[in-house]
This record gives sequence, structure tokens and C-alpha cells, in this order.
Amino acid sequence: MNTQAQYLKAIYLTQQQADGPASTGEVADLLDVSPASANEMIGKLEDRDLLDHEKYKGVDLTDEGIAQARDALQNYCIIERFLIEVLEVEEFQAEARQLEGVIDETVAERLDTIIDREPQCPDCFNAEDDVCGLLDVEAEVRSD
Amino acid sequence: MSLTQPVTSDHQLARLLQIGIVLEEVVEARAGKHAAETDEAADPDLATLLEEASAESARHRRRLENLLDDLDADTVPFEEIQTLVEAQYEADEDFDGVLYDQLCNEETAYKFYDDLIESIELSEVEFGVEHDRLLETLRLIREEEAEGVEEVTELMEARL
Repeated sequence: MNTQAQYLKAIYLTQQQADGPASTGEVADLLDVSPASANEMIGKLEDRDLLDHEKYKGVDLTDEGIAQARDALQNYCIIERFLIEVLEVEEFQAEARQLEGVIDETVAERLDTIIDREPQCPDCFNAEDDVCGLLDVEAEVRSD
Repeated sequence: MSLTQPVTSDHQLARLLQIGIVLEEVVEARAGKHAAETDEAADPDLATLLEEASAESARHRRRLENLLDDLDADTVPFEEIQTLVEAQYEADEDFDGVLYDQLCNEETAYKFYDDLIESIELSEVEFGVEHDRLLETLRLIREEEAEGVEEVTELMEARL
């Protein structure tokens, strides 16, 4: 099950890559859910004024949707950095995806007090590699 | 965002317990540091609260470590987290005031355990640690965190 925050983050990243509206198929692929599930949640998010959905064109986050998506992405970045820097987890992307739905933002804020995160976060996130673009992951893992 | 997803494996449970340990270690280190910086003669109530908070976090950590042992997972050494807290401490400008910082500590820990308990209750997995002991331990810690929130709030209100 994916939460609202995970959907908003996926749509935000898909829109960034497409430089325009995100197709529901791409969002479903990114979250590894069926198109029907994605459509259902997209309908709910539209009802909450977090996005606009136009058939055959795709979904477009509203300003409020973008703000919430960026918060979710920042939360995800904190979890990834925490897994890499503190717990030294090699499969950090897979674990971060599992944990992002179960780590509250207040908890993430606390974890954030012991990691090195850059002020431009989450703009430095590299969606293709699913990790912060400023993080030299190989060096981090090797140093352990 | 509230935690409504069930814990799906021993591995994920162990990871969440490790996160709990780190949260306790952050409290232990921060409250301990604040306690050391507080003039006990000038402010005995604050000094006592911080010392007790630091000691309580150490107790919580050990209880979580006992659960982690049953899952054959490693703990996160306190010295490691203490070093990270020290390293980042000077740059931290988000929390103004020792009491406010301690309130955030207690509230964050309470929220974490509350979500974790809910997530375990929703799970149908048979974990490597005994289910009743796991929940009993976490509920006890959650209760102490709730008491901690009350104690800090009372001290804050007394100073208004």
C-alpha cells in the first residue's frame, strides 16, 4: 500500500522528468502498482485539490500538491542519508522505499539532526538514480 | 502522515528497532549535554529533568537492544551516535531552548512508538521475537514517553 505522500512524490518526480504533466501509467510504474490503483488514488488527490487530472494529458500537481510532494521527497532524502551515513545500509534505496511510508516527518526531522544534508535539498535529488545527486554513495559505502 | 502500513518482516522490524535505538541515543546525548551545561544550583528542576531524561533513554535503549538480540540484528553503538550529535550540534539552530528541545525529543519518541505499535498490531507476520513481549516492551516505553511529555510541559508552564 502506498500513502498519499508517496504518490505525490512519484508524480512530482515524473513531472520533473517529463517537464510537463505526468502520465498515470508512468506514476503506476514508479510505485509498482496497477494503473487502476493509481487512478483511484489520483482521483482522491484531485478531490483534495492536490492535483489536476486531464484525460489523455496526464496529472499536474497544484501549488499545494507541489509543496506536499517536496516535503515527502525531503523526508525520503533524510531516510536515505540516514540509512547510508548512520546504519551503513548498502541496499538503501529499497529500504528507504519501505520505510518512507512508516517514518513520520517528526521522526525524520530528529534523524536529520545527525546527518549531513545540504541546504538545497530536495532540489539535488537525482530521480534516475533514486538518490541525492550530491552524495557519493560508492565512497560512503567503501569508507565503511 | 500516520503509520498505517504493517511491518512485513523480521528485517524491517529490526530496522525500525534500530531507528528507535538511534532516537533514544540522540535524546541520551542531547539531554546529557544539556544537563552538563545546566547550573544545578541555579536551576535544580531543569538539571534533574534532563539527567532523568538521559538516564531513561539509556534504559529504553537497552530494552530495545534486548528485542534486537532475538532478531539477530546489531545495535548502533551509543558512542557513534554521540559523536554525530556532537558534530552537528553547533550547526543546529532549529531548536531554541533546552526545554523545547526536550519536548521535541519526548514527542518524537512517543509518535515513533505509537506508530510502530500500530504497525506491528496490523502485521500478520510471526516475528523472531515473541509477539507479546515485543508489544509489552514498546507499550511500556510509549507510556514513559507520554509521561515525559507531561513532565516537560508542566515545567514549561510553571515558567510562564
